[in-house]
Amino acid sequence: MQETRTISLSVNGEPSTIAVPVRQNLVDFLRDTLGLTGSHVGCEHGVCGACTLEVNGAMVRGCLMLAVQADGAEVITVEGLADSGRGADLRQAFIDRNALQCGFCTPGMLASALEYVERGGSSERSAIREHLSGNYCRCTGYQSVVDAVCDVIDGRAQS
Amino acid sequence: MTGPLTIFDRPNSHIGKSVPRPDANRLLQGRGKFVDDIQLPRMLHAAFVRSPVAHGRIENMDVSQARAFPGVMAVYTGADLVAHVEPYVGVLDHLAGLRSPPQMPMAVDVVRWTGEPLVMVVATSRAIAEDAAALIEVEIDELPPVTDMERALDVDAPVIHEQYGSNLAWERTVEAGDPDAAFARADVTVVERQFRFGRHTGVTLESRAAVVEYDPSENMLTFWYSGQAPHMMQFILAKHLGLPEENVRVVSQDVGGSFGIKIHTYGDEIATAAAARILGRPVKFVADRLESFLTDIHARDHVVDGRIAVTADGKIAALAFEDITGIGPYSMYPRTSAIEANQVLNLTGAAYTLENYRARARVVFQNKNLMSQYRAVGHPIAMVVADGLLEDAAHEIGMDVVEIRRRNLIRDDAYPSTTATGLKLDDLSHHKTLDRLVAVMDYDARRAEHAHLRDAGIYRGIGLVSMVEITNPSPMFYGIGGAPIASQDGTTIRLEAGGAIHVSSSVTEQGQGTNTILAQIAAGVFGVAMDRVKVTTGDTRSTPYGGGTWASRGAGIGGEATLQAAFALKQQVLVVAATILQSSPDGLDIVDGQIVDIGSDGGGGGGGKSASVRMSLSDLARTVYYRGNELPSDLTPELIATRHYRVTDVPFVFTNAAMAAEVEVDPDTGFVKILNFWAVEDCGRVINPDLVDGQIRGGVVQGIGGAFYEECLYSEDGQLENATMADYLVPMAFEMPDIIVEHVETPTRTSVLGAKGAGEAGTGGSPAALMNAVNDALRPLGASIHQMPMTPERILKALGTV
Ligand code: FES
Ligand code: FES
Repeated sequence: MQETRTISLSVNGEPSTIAVPVRQNLVDFLRDTLGLTGSHVGCEHGVCGACTLEVNGAMVRGCLMLAVQADGAEVITVEGLADSGRGADLRQAFIDRNALQCGFCTPGMLASALEYVERGGSSERSAIREHLSGNYCRCTGYQSVVDAVCDVIDGRAQS
Repeated sequence: MTGPLTIFDRPNSHIGKSVPRPDANRLLQGRGKFVDDIQLPRMLHAAFVRSPVAHGRIENMDVSQARAFPGVMAVYTGADLVAHVEPYVGVLDHLAGLRSPPQMPMAVDVVRWTGEPLVMVVATSRAIAEDAAALIEVEIDELPPVTDMERALDVDAPVIHEQYGSNLAWERTVEAGDPDAAFARADVTVVERQFRFGRHTGVTLESRAAVVEYDPSENMLTFWYSGQAPHMMQFILAKHLGLPEENVRVVSQDVGGSFGIKIHTYGDEIATAAAARILGRPVKFVADRLESFLTDIHARDHVVDGRIAVTADGKIAALAFEDITGIGPYSMYPRTSAIEANQVLNLTGAAYTLENYRARARVVFQNKNLMSQYRAVGHPIAMVVADGLLEDAAHEIGMDVVEIRRRNLIRDDAYPSTTATGLKLDDLSHHKTLDRLVAVMDYDARRAEHAHLRDAGIYRGIGLVSMVEITNPSPMFYGIGGAPIASQDGTTIRLEAGGAIHVSSSVTEQGQGTNTILAQIAAGVFGVAMDRVKVTTGDTRSTPYGGGTWASRGAGIGGEATLQAAFALKQQVLVVAATILQSSPDGLDIVDGQIVDIGSDGGGGGGGKSASVRMSLSDLARTVYYRGNELPSDLTPELIATRHYRVTDVPFVFTNAAMAAEVEVDPDTGFVKILNFWAVEDCGRVINPDLVDGQIRGGVVQGIGGAFYEECLYSEDGQLENATMADYLVPMAFEMPDIIVEHVETPTRTSVLGAKGAGEAGTGGSPAALMNAVNDALRPLGASIHQMPMTPERILKALGTV
């Protein structure tokens, strides 16, 4: 039941080698073992998107991946984004547009929005909405999030 | 009201401006503090075994293997907790006749809904607790369940609580005028409809959670709570765990959505507190999503048979309905499960001049999860019934739906006025909001366009609602009935040595921006920049006593207390300043953190460039705090002020809104696309337009959820069949429209601030507008639907295609 395996990985640029229970998912490992509680858990079955984070350059659901599968990986969480300044314009746009209320969906929403912006997504609202449709938000009604993403895409295009 | 009448005109007032939320950056950087983020030394974790059946007698529970499981510290059954928890009863005195039996945190002998807690396992990790819970064998002798609320009152229905002889929990009838005579008149058209509202639930993205720490050395219990009403929870924990109230501290930090879900007494949370106390170690419980669906209160679940009589010139002659609502096996503690039905009786038709009215509500027990107050309590039902009947009646008599509203809405100059049920209405603007709505949405042009499109086989529709929302509740809501729920709130503001101010208030933040608007009010009224304000809410140890945030009361009640406290502190500071500066308090003002001479800048608290600065707030504060020797000995400076506020004379402060939806129905698939949604609302003085718009939009989208997607689907034997996020649909970004929000501001005269609530209008109003829009689109096809959610399947059924 409590079988463990030792993994080595980099989280927000910080290397660790650590024994993890083989059944533990990545987001629980980050939250409970490393104390990185910025990634949230809303459903634990891959639907809500609150646990979205970056593994080896791809946005994944932290609840659908086991910690042992992250052996050798580079993981970036919402805390890492903040520390490195990546996505600062997006965070500012979320503030300016009031694109968060309770903030529980926000780390995952931000990760998905950043993925869209960095991939060069268009500022067409329905395309943004479609991309964000894997992230539940129960508070905002989504419009302000779409506004924020639009602002950033337009802003990046101009600069 | 007395108070600083010029505060809204001060150039350094922040009231009315879309100030960004100071706490947003923290949440964006992943530095929020939600309950599940808390890790305490020696903390244990709880998991629950829950009833797999809807109704049955517990025959045997074998917990021996679980107890012996490595890492398990304790296992408790319902019976084990009897000695530790005083049962609770969800009734209130002002809901005469409401009955509900005592409830324990976990079932003791009979289980009455699927998901009811049976056994709690406490272990060193949640995973271990769940492993051990899986080893517990429960034998239940099944009893016949009562799930269909419409059959719950049948004479041959099984009775859930034998002592009552029936499954009726509460019943109330209200009547005004002579509805029978009005319906019988020869000159009226009568329209009858049956409306069905499914059960849905809040689906807060952060599930319910509690971390409880008990310190036996001081007999002190601390409860970290994801919720809206810390002082209410303090009372409940103290009373039911047998602790002095002052020995319970309730803290709510960041709350990941609440919407009324996290304002009730849940057995698993009480059991967690009991375990922490027994074990003397911190215990954490976080509901997983399955547990949320099974046990977070459900909402709505009504069947309403309604009818309306209108004259040929469109006047409502009478309105009448019967409502039946299923609340699960108990009335929720302490707010009860009858408030929603009561609100339906109070609110239906409240926007209109209505002389002849009869309404009966029956609240029944059933073997499903408990039903109780969720965002916009009762409002969607009331608005759907009134505005659904009204629009259908308009079509019957060949009148436009805007015109029929204009003929029936209470005139904007007719206030104060009362509803048919006797509730006092004041400061409303139904006509103004409707006029603005019609203009904003370009109503006539859209109607004409729809007529064209129909010829081309495209079925679009428009639906409206003219609604009222109950906000800023007075003691008449709960306190009068004996509930431990404060209706007044308080704010304390103190001047810090560095010249900043610290605001602490009993209202709470769940993302709507409460802390921001308190800071805006305090900064503007007192006279400092926004970044010189810090706000504390959500801690019974350090905030004034109050009700918290629910029923759209944070801005209206907490805001007014803050305004009064800021004004009082300012007067106190000016007295000290006048002494130091050998001036008079009337000759001084506080502008941008500085004491200035009034008149040096044109006076009246202007604070223009030419203001002559006499001293800074930090100089003043440091003089008082560090160098009191410089002050005359008869000066006793108080650089802290507290004010409380409650609504008096009226039970609630009503707001109003006019909303419209435009939809397109695909008759082949039954799918509905929401093309547009407009909301023109009047929440009185708008403190922060962006935050109000956020409340309206988020509320509308939750209403869209109830109208089209969300439903807790039970099987006949009481199993919840869609208890995952994959199966229970909520609104997602792709399907949602952009929502246009406009404001009309009619400040309430019950306070200086003039703010009413805005949190529930969207959820309360949008379902009616949406249903009316769908029916408008379906009308040329000879179909109609009066059941929510309006799923594609139900629309196809209405069309007769399936
Ligand atoms: S917690 Fe991972 S998708 Fe919901
Ligand atoms: S801000 Fe609350 S869930 Fe998105």
